[in-house]
Amino acid sequence: MTQAAIQPVPDQPAPVSAIDLRKEFEAVDIASVLAQLDRELIGLVPVKTRIREIASLLLVERIRQKMALATTFPTLHMSFTGNPGTGKTTVAMRMAGILHRLGFVRRGHVISVTRDDLVGQYIGHTAPKTKEILKKAMGGVLFIDEAYYLYRPENERDYGQEAIEILLQVMESQREDLVVILAGYGDRMEKFFQSNPGFRSRIAHHIDFPDYAESELMAIAELMLTEQNYRFSAEAREAFIRYIAVRKTQPLFSNARSIRNALDRIRLRQANRIVAKLDRTLTCDDVMSIEAGDVLASRVFAEGAAKGA
Amino acid sequence: MRVTQGCFSFLPDLTDEQITAQVQFCLDKGWAVNIEFTDDPHPRNTYWEMWGLPMFDLRDAAGIMKELADCRRVYGDRYIRLSGFDSSHGWESVRISFIVNRPKEEPGFRLERQEVDGRSMRYTTKAYAVDRPEGERYGA
Repeated sequence: MTQAAIQPVPDQPAPVSAIDLRKEFEAVDIASVLAQLDRELIGLVPVKTRIREIASLLLVERIRQKMALATTFPTLHMSFTGNPGTGKTTVAMRMAGILHRLGFVRRGHVISVTRDDLVGQYIGHTAPKTKEILKKAMGGVLFIDEAYYLYRPENERDYGQEAIEILLQVMESQREDLVVILAGYGDRMEKFFQSNPGFRSRIAHHIDFPDYAESELMAIAELMLTEQNYRFSAEAREAFIRYIAVRKTQPLFSNARSIRNALDRIRLRQANRIVAKLDRTLTCDDVMSIEAGDVLASRVFAEGAAKGA
Repeated sequence: MRVTQGCFSFLPDLTDEQITAQVQFCLDKGWAVNIEFTDDPHPRNTYWEMWGLPMFDLRDAAGIMKELADCRRVYGDRYIRLSGFDSSHGWESVRISFIVNRPKEEPGFRLERQEVDGRSMRYTTKAYAVDRPEGERYGA
């Protein structure tokens, strides 16, 4: 029952004076994570560059630790800002993987929370709630989505402040145990940091996620379809390019998320079209392909035309 | 007299690294770790006070070690034990329990004899510590 019983506590390995960089690089296998990032995330060049930089820094830091040159544990807390649907959550998940491979978090899991999970509803409820989440996140990454909701300046008795204080304290005193990633829309995060300067100074990496270009959105759409075993016909592809151009100008456009929703609706229309004609034999190709009609029936075109007229 | 209850109690006290390894072992098995404390060391005293709720869904021992440190700060003069609860079907019980903190001085137990019903004898053990009221038993 207790095989893990008493093992002698391993001594610190003696510091080394020279390290084969390539071997070290391959040992942590960071290249495959970065390659996966390139493959599965379209665009986001500044983000990828920044992640590469962080990965290099951590690799060097790891080597310095082996050489007994590192004096302090690096601060790894991050803030991701950007418009809706630009991939903040997805990147946070990958970040946990990178940090885990490099050995800067012990387990590499991600606990994704919002204000509701941290802030209580009555006096004395917040601290245990926040601490419980922090305990769950130990050894991994705590991802706080829409972090600015934690701070509500309009209500001075808001319990969010209490959660913030506990967070700040743990972010400082238990840097080895967990990494906190805050995410949210650019302007509101800026305001949040202004009113909570403690957060800004404890966060080492501020990464801004740019909006996607139209060609990138198209590539994302095709990637999503391929994953679900669908494909555009040539005309449907043309139509979807036009769809993206129109949708981008309309309000509440949220990048990749809008694309995913559009694809969901297109699949709905495709299914409806297929079911409309019952007396026939379906081929694999029929079920997989999306025709121009499925795309063009979208409400977006009608609204775009109405606006143009 | 050194109280020997639960796992490892015949070994020298575990160091924090060893406790961390044990806790991680429990978490890797999917058990919920719980911290309890008492100042009544009688072996039949199975209901110890709980330090917070049992910690479910943790992945890393750091969170529990933090709670243990907090508990030691408040009740460092008492017995503190960790237990690992296995909630999986068929077990649903405590799988491991070990003492991680004990008072500096453990006065031990006395045997009491009671003469009853003619020549019959009844025996009972009593901890010397419980002669004093709760909270003052180990020279707090």
